[in-house]
Amino acid sequence: MTRDPVLTFTQQGIYCPAGDFHIDPWRPVDRALITHGHADHARPGHGRYLATDLAAPVIRHRLGEITLDTVPYGEARRIGGASVSFHPAGHVPGSAQIRVEVAGEVWVASGDYKLADDGLSDPFEPLRCHAFITESTFGLPVFRWQPQASIADELNDWWRACQQDGLTPLLGAYALGKAQRLLHMLDPEIGPILTHGAVEATTKILRTQGLRLPATVPVTPDTKAADHPGALVLAPPSALGSRWARRFAPVSTGFASGWMALRGIRRRRAGDRGFVVSDHADWTGLNRAIKETGAEKIFVTHGYTDVFTRWLNEQGIQAQVVPTAFGADEDSE
Amino acid sequence: MKDFAALFRAIDQSTRTTSKVAALADYFRTAPEEDRVWTIALFSGRRPKRAVTTTRLREWAAERANLPLWLFEDSYSVVGDLAETIALVLPPPESESDLGLSYWISYLQDIANADEDTRKARVLAAWDQLDTTERLLFNKLMTGGFRIGVSQKLMTRALAQATGKPEPELAHRLMGDWTPASTDWHTLIEAADSAADASRPYPFYLAHALDDPETLGTPGDWLAEWKWDGIRAQLIHREGAHFIWSRGEELMTDRFPELAMLRDVLPDGTVIDGELVAWDADTGAPQPFAALQKRIGRKSVPKALLRDAPVLLLAYDLLEHGGQDIRDLPFAERHAQLDATLAALPDDAPLRPSPLIAFDTWTDLAAIRAEARANRAEGLMLKRADGPYLSGRKRGGWWKWKLEPLTVDGVMIYAQAGHGRRANLFTDFTFAVWDGPDLVPFTKAYSGLSDSEFARITAWVNRNTMQRFGPVRQVTPHHVFEIAFEGIQQSPRHKSGVALRFPRMARWREDKSATQANTLDDLLELLRLYG
Ligand SMILES: [Zn+2]
Ligand SMILES: [Zn+2]
Repeated sequence: MTRDPVLTFTQQGIYCPAGDFHIDPWRPVDRALITHGHADHARPGHGRYLATDLAAPVIRHRLGEITLDTVPYGEARRIGGASVSFHPAGHVPGSAQIRVEVAGEVWVASGDYKLADDGLSDPFEPLRCHAFITESTFGLPVFRWQPQASIADELNDWWRACQQDGLTPLLGAYALGKAQRLLHMLDPEIGPILTHGAVEATTKILRTQGLRLPATVPVTPDTKAADHPGALVLAPPSALGSRWARRFAPVSTGFASGWMALRGIRRRRAGDRGFVVSDHADWTGLNRAIKETGAEKIFVTHGYTDVFTRWLNEQGIQAQVVPTAFGADEDSE
Repeated sequence: MKDFAALFRAIDQSTRTTSKVAALADYFRTAPEEDRVWTIALFSGRRPKRAVTTTRLREWAAERANLPLWLFEDSYSVVGDLAETIALVLPPPESESDLGLSYWISYLQDIANADEDTRKARVLAAWDQLDTTERLLFNKLMTGGFRIGVSQKLMTRALAQATGKPEPELAHRLMGDWTPASTDWHTLIEAADSAADASRPYPFYLAHALDDPETLGTPGDWLAEWKWDGIRAQLIHREGAHFIWSRGEELMTDRFPELAMLRDVLPDGTVIDGELVAWDADTGAPQPFAALQKRIGRKSVPKALLRDAPVLLLAYDLLEHGGQDIRDLPFAERHAQLDATLAALPDDAPLRPSPLIAFDTWTDLAAIRAEARANRAEGLMLKRADGPYLSGRKRGGWWKWKLEPLTVDGVMIYAQAGHGRRANLFTDFTFAVWDGPDLVPFTKAYSGLSDSEFARITAWVNRNTMQRFGPVRQVTPHHVFEIAFEGIQQSPRHKSGVALRFPRMARWREDKSATQANTLDDLLELLRLYG
C-alpha cells in the first residue's frame, strides 16, 4: 500500500494535505506555519500564522497586524490529521524546524539551519524522520566554517587595529540574527558599539525576550563620530557605502557572511575585511544533519541544489531538488 | 611562507592603494633577498617551471579531500580559482612550517623531474604542513598567475619607496627576459644599470580614453593617427638579434617569422612601438581582426596561414635610435626620425609607418574619425606633438578617441552563474533577436552591468526560471539589454549566422518590453554595412 506523502510541494509552498496548512508559503494561503522571521520565509498576506513564541515578536514587527498563534519548542499541536511540533534549528533566535507526523510517518521541514552553537539561538536539534526537507545554501565542500571563537578574535583584533589607526570600524551584517550574533562575539571592553536603526530595532525586540546582549548606542541624525571615540558601528550591509555612513569617516569596512569564504566575492564586496560568519550550515554540517535524521528521502529546496542532490544520491541517500522561492540575496546569508 | 602569506593577506585585505604599497615596501626592506626577487618575479608574471599538471593537482586534491572528481570540478567552477579551490577543500593540516618562499619554490623545482609517485607524495606532504592561505600561495606557485591586486605600477612604487630609486628606472629594470635564476637582488635593483640584456623592452606608454577633443585645446598642438585594431607590440633590433614583445610583456618573436627579415634591413640599436596587423596587400589595408586572431597563440605557423594572413607592424613611435634611448624627445621629433628610418626600408618590408592624419579643426577630425571602421581602425589616437614617451598609463599626453560601438537590443533568454568574484550571481547571459515570432540567440555577454544590477537580475532569474539545463537556466523572455560590440562578421557556426567582437551589456533597457528588441534583419543589415 502506498501512502499519501505527509508534505507535498505546490505553487504556494510546502503543503500538508492531512492538516490543510502550508509551511513558509510564498503565496497567500489560509494557514501558514512559519519557521523563522526572515523575509523569504515569513511573508505577508496569510490568513493565520503559527510560529514559536520566540520567533513571534520579530515576525509581528516585520508583518504588522497579523493573526499569529504561538507555540513553545517541542510542544505537539494537532492540526487536522497531523501532529505538528517546532524544534530548534539553530539558525537565528526563535528559528524552528517543523516536524509533521501523520499516521506514524514523520517529515521535517527544516527551513534554514546551522549546527554550530552561536550562543544565542537554541542549538539545532537532530530529529529522526522519514523525510527531511533541507536547504543547501552552502552545499559545496569549499564551505567549512571555523569555530566561532576564532572569528570573534579576528573581529576584535580588527576593532583594536582600527582604534590604533584612527579609523571607525563599520561592520555590515543582516539585521535579524547575524547582527545579534556579532554583538555577542564582540568584546564590549574594547569600546562602545553604535547601531543603525534597523539593527537596533530587532536587537531591542530580542533583548525584551531575554537575550543577553552588550549595550548599544543607537545612531541618530545628531550622532557624531567624535563623541564616541573608539566605537564600532554595526549596520545593515546596504548602509555601508551610503550617506548615512559618511559621518564616521575615515572608516574601515567589514562584512560578515558565509560568502566571505570565497576570495572573489570578498574582493567584489570591496570592503576592507570579510569575516566568515554564517547562520547556515556548512558542508560538514549539512552532511551531518542529514545523516542524523536517518531519513530515507531528502528534498533540497535552495542553494547549490543540483550539486548537493547528486552528491547525496551518490552517497546512497535518495534525494531530489524541489524548486522553491526560498533563498534571499547574499547579504542575508 | 609565513612572511609571504602575511604580505598576501595585507594586500588582499585592503582596498587602499597606500596600505598595499606600504605592506609591499616593508616586505622589500625586510624579507630575505632571494624571497624579494621571487616576489618581484611572481608579481610580474614570471613563475617557476611547472612541476605538476593541473589535471594531476585536481585528482590529488579530490582524492585527499575524499571527494569525487566531478564535485571537485563543480566546486572549482564556482570558486573560479584552482589554487583556492584546492586550499579550501583539503582537510586541515597536520603540522606547521616556518620555511620561506624560496624554499618552497626550490622544493617544487626539485620535484619537477621526479617520477609521478614522488611528486604526488611531496605535494601531499607540503599541503599537510601549510595553512589555508599558505596552501593557496603554494598552489599558485604550481598553477601560475599571481594576480592578486598588485599591478606592476604598484609594485614599482613600493620598490621605489623601499630602495629610494626613481620609479621609471625601476620599471625599466624589471622589463625583459630575466628570471630569479639568472639574476639576484643586487643586479636587478641596485647595481649600475649597464649590462642590460639586449632583449629588454621599454615599458609601454598607454593612452587614456577621450570623450571630447575640445578639452584638449588647440588642434595644432596635437598629432593624430589611426588607432589600429591589432596587437600592440614593441620591435627590438639590437646586437644582430630581433625581439617582439607584447604589451603584456610576452616574448612573441617566433610567432611572427615574417618579421625576421627586418634584422637585415633595419639599423642595429632600433626599438619601435607599433601595432601588429594581418595585412591585405590587395587593398593596402589591415584585414579584419579575425584574420590576425588565427595567428595569435600559434607557436608555429603553417605555410597557408602565412600566405593568407601575413603580419606587418604598423609603426607608431621610435623609442631607441642608434642605440640611444630617445623617449624624452618630443613626439614630433621622434616621429620624424621614425619616418626617416622607415623610408630606407624596401617596399615589401613588413614594417610601415602608421601615417599621421592631417587636420585643422576638431570638427574636421570628428568627420575623419567617423570613417575609422571603413579604414579598419577602431578610432583615432591623439598625441601631444611636444610630449615625451612616458611609461604606463599616464594622463595628458596620449589619448584614444574610439568610435562609438555598434549596438543591438537583445532579449535575455538563458542565464548562467558566474564564478570567482561573482560566484553566487547570474552573470553569463545569452541574448536573442526576433525572427518573425521566434527568438534566435545571437550572442552571449557577461560584462557591463554593475554588481547591484547583477544582484537584481539574479533575484529575477531565480523567480523566472522556466527550465534548467544543468547549470543553465532558461528564463522567461522579458528583459531587454542593449548589447554593444566592436565588430560583426559572418559565422556559419552561429544560429544567427553572425559573430560579434567584444560583446558586452551596455545598458539594461528596462524601458523596453521584449517585443521592442531588434530583429535578425536588423542584425544582418549591420553585417552588410560593417562586416
Ligand atoms: Zn533564514
Ligand atoms: Zn532562507
